[in-house]
Amino acid sequence: MLRDITLGQYYRTESVIHRLDPRVKIVGTFSFIISLFLVKNFIGYAIAGLFLVICIKLSNVPPKFIFRGMKAIFFLLLITMVFNLFLTPGEAIFSFWKFQITKEGIKLAAMMGIRLVFLITGSSLMTLTTTPNNLTDGLENLLNPLKKIRVPVHEISMMMSIALRFIPILMEETDKIMKAQMARGADFESGSLIQRAKSLIPLLVPLFISAFRRANDLAMAMEARCYRGGEGRTKMKPLIYKKRDAIGYLVIVLFVALVIVFGRILFR
Amino acid sequence: MSIIINHLNYIYDEDTAMAHPALIDVNLKIPDGQFIGLIGHTGSGKSTLIQHMNGLIKPSSGNVFFDNEDINEQGYDKKKLRSNVGLVFQYPEHQLFETDCFKDVCFGPKNLGLPQKEVELRAFEALEQVGFDATYFYQSPFDLSGGQKRRVAIAGVLAMKPRVLILDEPTAGLDPKGREDILNLISDLHKKMNITIILVSHSMEDVADYVERIIVMNKGRVAFDAEPRDVFSHVKELEEIGLAAPQVTYCMQELREAGFDVDTGVTTLEEAKKEILKAFGKC
Amino acid sequence: MKKMIRTDKLVFEYIRRDEEGNVEGITRAVDNVNLNVEPGQFIAILGHNGSGKSTLAKHFNALLYPTEGEVYVDGMLTEDDEHLWDVRQEAGMIFQNPDNQIIGQVVEEDVGFGPENMGVPTEEIWERVDESLKAVRMDQFRKSSPNHLSGGQKQRVSIAGVIAMHPKCIIMDEPTAMLDPNGRREVIRAARALNQVENITIILITHYMEEVVDADKVFVMDKGKVVMEGTPREIFAQVDKLKELKLGVPQVTLLAHELRKSGLPIPEPILTRKELVEALKACR
Repeated sequence: MLRDITLGQYYRTESVIHRLDPRVKIVGTFSFIISLFLVKNFIGYAIAGLFLVICIKLSNVPPKFIFRGMKAIFFLLLITMVFNLFLTPGEAIFSFWKFQITKEGIKLAAMMGIRLVFLITGSSLMTLTTTPNNLTDGLENLLNPLKKIRVPVHEISMMMSIALRFIPILMEETDKIMKAQMARGADFESGSLIQRAKSLIPLLVPLFISAFRRANDLAMAMEARCYRGGEGRTKMKPLIYKKRDAIGYLVIVLFVALVIVFGRILFR
Repeated sequence: MSIIINHLNYIYDEDTAMAHPALIDVNLKIPDGQFIGLIGHTGSGKSTLIQHMNGLIKPSSGNVFFDNEDINEQGYDKKKLRSNVGLVFQYPEHQLFETDCFKDVCFGPKNLGLPQKEVELRAFEALEQVGFDATYFYQSPFDLSGGQKRRVAIAGVLAMKPRVLILDEPTAGLDPKGREDILNLISDLHKKMNITIILVSHSMEDVADYVERIIVMNKGRVAFDAEPRDVFSHVKELEEIGLAAPQVTYCMQELREAGFDVDTGVTTLEEAKKEILKAFGKC
Repeated sequence: MKKMIRTDKLVFEYIRRDEEGNVEGITRAVDNVNLNVEPGQFIAILGHNGSGKSTLAKHFNALLYPTEGEVYVDGMLTEDDEHLWDVRQEAGMIFQNPDNQIIGQVVEEDVGFGPENMGVPTEEIWERVDESLKAVRMDQFRKSSPNHLSGGQKQRVSIAGVIAMHPKCIIMDEPTAMLDPNGRREVIRAARALNQVENITIILITHYMEEVVDADKVFVMDKGKVVMEGTPREIFAQVDKLKELKLGVPQVTLLAHELRKSGLPIPEPILTRKELVEALKACR
């Protein structure tokens, strides 16, 4: 059923990684991604890979769930690697017709490939181990300083969590309207591009109307329950750092230091 | 024979970890001209079943025949099927999209590729059939009341000139007057145009008042398929699957227990009245 | 004793505009309504669609303000800005569409939404969420996603969300209109339990007559006015008038009414099957 699709594909299980504060995981993921771009050699990648494997092991998420996300970017990965492989100038080791593969090309392609795979794996690990709710909470908290420059941080995070709640509902609704129009002989599958775009009108108009109606209802329901913005609001599940979170931050700092030292400074 | 359903199975989310059967070995014959009530609580598979009847869902196994042709065979004309078997979804007014009611009703026949004149004629007829006031033909459907919008939506399906009309909870969310109006309208369509009607409903009273045959679904299977008085005589079994008989049926049973000589197979108010008056020797 | 809700010559009008924004006319949705609700009562407001009952209900929660007249909730004038949040906390509201009033992605978080807005300390929010979910018997679903619940269960979550704000009164605006019979029963049972056990005033707006049989008082609305007012017994005694107002009557009541017209000496009104059987026994 469409309602079962959850954005961010959270994997429910017990683990240290699951229990970590979302802020640690967000900061950790960003540090990990940045460190990937700082690395200049394969030793650095080996360290990053090892770190990733340990995290996956600790998270109790079956690896096949983590690599499922890879399918979606397979083509992107392939194209990136092929471009790097063929279009990097340097010492040719193999050539045919107009193309040539260079030593630099192989190295660059491999690096780009590893980088992309690690990047996706790392961020899916974050979404797999953190509920969307926790994620928005963590983000709101981390972005809090931006309130000073009048960024509506609370509103943005409220918008995100409402969107997360309504996406499955609207997806189901899309399916229903589509079927209802198909029952009236509508055809969403054949015809030229223009025809197909036109055939979407009977789907999109009711969908927008429904979304507006829902938004209206929801706004009223929120007001009725005393919602008045972020001011003076308390939290049912406030984010509180525990000891393991401190250790988490420490591990992140150590990891980044290690990657920079070995991947950038010691071996160039 | 209009629709024949033969050993129909349907599994939700087949090939995933969440696979579960929605329909299990359903066998039904729906001859022309019947008025059928389809009941069952939420999740009993009735919505899935009706979507099979006009080819919106493909069975996992088994067949659906319309006029002796398997509708899931390669090359079967689905559009033609959908014009013959009209399906009115729950809250059908949510599918309206055109700028005026008339144009919206034209959508169906237009999709059938009919000439413009024929399209407009059909739309006009359909709106008349549902008793829609001609002064509102060119108004935006979004300015109408709930009951009126629903009429326009039903007209949108009628304009395809179906021989079988399936309505999923056509009275949901309406007030008593609106409910009665819509049910009378459906009953009229059945009588005047001899359309086969399949009415999906939660209300036993509504179903008992109008239909000649009731199909009860439970957990993806057909639990009962008989005349109203037969089905409602199984009060215990109905209650076990979360349904009930009409209030008057209970009344008659209680009267019988209290020693009155009344027929307990009564399902409508009129019948109940007659039975009680008879017991009192008043007619 | 202070009235829970009191309206004084309440009028609500809105201006209809055409597409260009020109005034087309004025519609009087609520017309001179005077109504009193005592604390602890179970009140039902009946009326067909468009009779003004929902518009009236939105005044009790300060979602709408009167064009003329006044509305008091627990002695507070709803138009008083100073009391706005007190009014909304004391008079909770349940709406028709179960999907469109749940904000949280997890049941317990949705129930906590109201208290969070009110600035209740974290620990107390948890206590309130616990007791509210228990009151509507949804505690075993506290970690579920609302998307996986049935309509009746969703409405019960919404009710829990209102109870967590510790209201004195809950206004339910057609909470059962989109539910199946099982869901309807669940919701009505929950409402009745709150009224009897927690002594919360309930105002139930509906067009299902079966649901109002046990109410303390019934108001019937038509064209923005309160046209009938009394106990369910007094209201259901007027079957013909109810039909005129486009309202349905429970099947037993109708059957008794028909039998009476055919000459059987049955008292009016009959509200339950048991009453009908007893009345018929007496006729014998």
